[in-house]
Amino acid sequence: MMPRVYLDYNATAPLLPEALEAAVPYYTSNWGNASSIHRQGREARVAVEEAREQVAQLIGAADARDLVFTSGGTEAVNLAIQGYAFGNRSRGQHIITTQAEHPAALDTCRALEQRGFDLTYLPVDGLGRLDPEVLAGSIRPQTILLTLIHGNHEVGTLQPLAALVEVAHVRGVPVHVDAVQAIGRVPLDVAAFGIDLLSLSGHKFGGPKGVGVLYIRAGLAATMQAIVHGGHQERQRRAGTEDVPSVIALGKACALMSQRLGDECHRLEVLRDHLEHVACSRIPEVRRLGNSADRLPNTANLSFAGVKGEALVFNLDLLGIAVSTGASCSSRQGVPSQVLAAMGVPPETSEGSVRFSLGWGTTDEQIERVLDLLPPTIQRLRLLSPLP
Amino acid sequence: MKLPIYMDHQTTTPVDREVLEAMMPYLTDQFGDPSSRSHAWGWAAEEAVDRAREQISALIGALPEEIFFTSGATESDNLALKGIAHAYQEQGRHIVTQQTEHRAILDSCRRLEQEGFAITYLPVDRDGRVEPEAVQQAITPQTILVSIMHANNEVGTIQPLAEIGQIVKARGILFHSDAVQTVGKIACQVDDLQLDLMSISAHKMYGPKGVGALYVRKTRPRRIKCTPLFDGGGHERGLRSGTLNVPGIVGLGKACEVCTRLWRAEGERLAQLRERFVAGVMQGLNHTYLNGHPTQRLPNNINLSFAGVDGEALVMGLTEVACASGSACTSTTLEPSYVLKAMGLDDALIHASIRFGLGRWTTQEDVDYTVQTVVRRVQRLREMSPQYGLLARRGDSRQGSMNTLAQQSQKP
Repeated sequence: MMPRVYLDYNATAPLLPEALEAAVPYYTSNWGNASSIHRQGREARVAVEEAREQVAQLIGAADARDLVFTSGGTEAVNLAIQGYAFGNRSRGQHIITTQAEHPAALDTCRALEQRGFDLTYLPVDGLGRLDPEVLAGSIRPQTILLTLIHGNHEVGTLQPLAALVEVAHVRGVPVHVDAVQAIGRVPLDVAAFGIDLLSLSGHKFGGPKGVGVLYIRAGLAATMQAIVHGGHQERQRRAGTEDVPSVIALGKACALMSQRLGDECHRLEVLRDHLEHVACSRIPEVRRLGNSADRLPNTANLSFAGVKGEALVFNLDLLGIAVSTGASCSSRQGVPSQVLAAMGVPPETSEGSVRFSLGWGTTDEQIERVLDLLPPTIQRLRLLSPLP
Repeated sequence: MKLPIYMDHQTTTPVDREVLEAMMPYLTDQFGDPSSRSHAWGWAAEEAVDRAREQISALIGALPEEIFFTSGATESDNLALKGIAHAYQEQGRHIVTQQTEHRAILDSCRRLEQEGFAITYLPVDRDGRVEPEAVQQAITPQTILVSIMHANNEVGTIQPLAEIGQIVKARGILFHSDAVQTVGKIACQVDDLQLDLMSISAHKMYGPKGVGALYVRKTRPRRIKCTPLFDGGGHERGLRSGTLNVPGIVGLGKACEVCTRLWRAEGERLAQLRERFVAGVMQGLNHTYLNGHPTQRLPNNINLSFAGVDGEALVMGLTEVACASGSACTSTTLEPSYVLKAMGLDDALIHASIRFGLGRWTTQEDVDYTVQTVVRRVQRLREMSPQYGLLARRGDSRQGSMNTLAQQSQKP
């Protein structure tokens, strides 16, 4: 059997072996609760705080105490948006976001609407970007927060973040960045951008599942409300026994990414561009979706005319290649991609789109194998297709 | 014997080797996301999650579709209380709980009080038990939920859940229990206890940290509504969004499977060790009191007050034994244990309390060594304690509530 190829890193990524290795002792020999005062507990605490420093370094947070460990990206995004909204409700009830968000942010915003908040879902351009002018026009005196995704999960588009943050800050509106797909893939420095809140997830770039982080700029935390109550952990921002091994693994993954990010970013970009370029040259009628410039180095979203994305994905799976259609990290299947719709992509193009997302385990050979198998698969599906 | 001896299994437990072995494939090659319904990695992950759901439901006598995965019992408790409160607030805004609940319950209740809910915190007796009759009396037409823990994390007292459940059910109200300390340790069947919701933690039963579950009864006779804490993707049938922590879930499932096999024999063995521990300490020291119920208690829990000794100092001084003073989850703060306070202990004895939690790999040798060490250490601390000097000169004339406890502790 041929080795299988996994190109669905935007859904989830394998754990970096070094990260697992760092975590194992905390499963086997030092299983202490980081809140205990005995030796095992104190050792666990030291390790957790080291991991916090490692994450802080990757995202450019000056003070690791501004980081809150959560159970993942979804909880971090919820804590950012819900926590800030409910904590600052007296100042206003208007929140701005975009139409191209991940369900974590989108569903949280919808839930806030049901609880009386006023939400504006700004349109994005054909490449998935929010125009700073459009943002400027939507800010009101009651606006308390802007939340937007940087590094779109479906098409990889990066936002013009510096310009957007500036527009928001000039009008006194803090910014939450859903950086779940961006962290560990592109350099992103919270201090340099002046980001107020930033969510990240462990399992998208080589850390473990079940752990994420919310960065809260100093001074903002006091205004926020917790979602999970019941203990003094995480400076009362998130109760619950710390998942020590996962936190250690996340810290290690961040430390490795701090060292490798430049090289890895370049390596993936070259591989991804090669995949796109050769696929487009070997296959007729392929459309590339999303921005060709400012985007995640690992993501390609290609639409093949006359082919159903789902059919292609299943056929590639039979050949041992894992890719996905649209937002596969959502459990809602068969729903047309909202991101592509927001970008104005026509439904027939959207239905023929497939996401290829690369990561640390992706090799040249794997990409070549995909490039060998993709054209005949498309050709076969097009012959079978009832579409014109 | 390996030092230090870990005697803090109510705080957290080591991961069973069998559990870690079951997790390893999902920490390495099988890293898929169960929501990826389009390729083999996703399907393998989904299969693993389904298997875990079955393993958990088998242990507690539930259906697999009644298990919802969370990041741990704190989240499960928050989800149960706030979720039920928010979903049923039109029916009433009153919840009944009790004073020695875990902080996850108490702090969730405080939060709900700020939102305008009324909460009744029932008192407990000297052994830490809630009177079922008191639950009956606390229920009003506005009551939507009763939440009573199965066994207390500090003193190990087991609540009469089946009796309380009967009362709650007869009134047509939902019944939740934080069963973090009992699942996998004592009989814990959702039907026997009449539970509608139950919180489960993996890391208290030799599974990994960072994962837990909430049991939600499927029909009662209607489907139970519960408002999620997080939104985004609608995982776990809309109750809990977020990519599933597959290795953690596999670990929780395996931990349940192992417990299904072991809990009975393990419970008997640990109860014997517990008796040996308490008898040994009582033999070596006077003015020492067992906190919690003498018989209706977790087989692995020992909570002792050593009059005239500072518990914190004792824990710090016992470098060869890992144990906890007060509740370890709050031990970074030096407030006296609210659990012991609710049971009527005076502050001096609360500050003099220590909890020892036995576990799967605790041996008789560990117990004997710990008893010896504790006795020696307490004697030394007492020699330096002016408080104990006074006590010793007064003889054993403890007043009021302490007499009862002292008597109880003499007949384990």
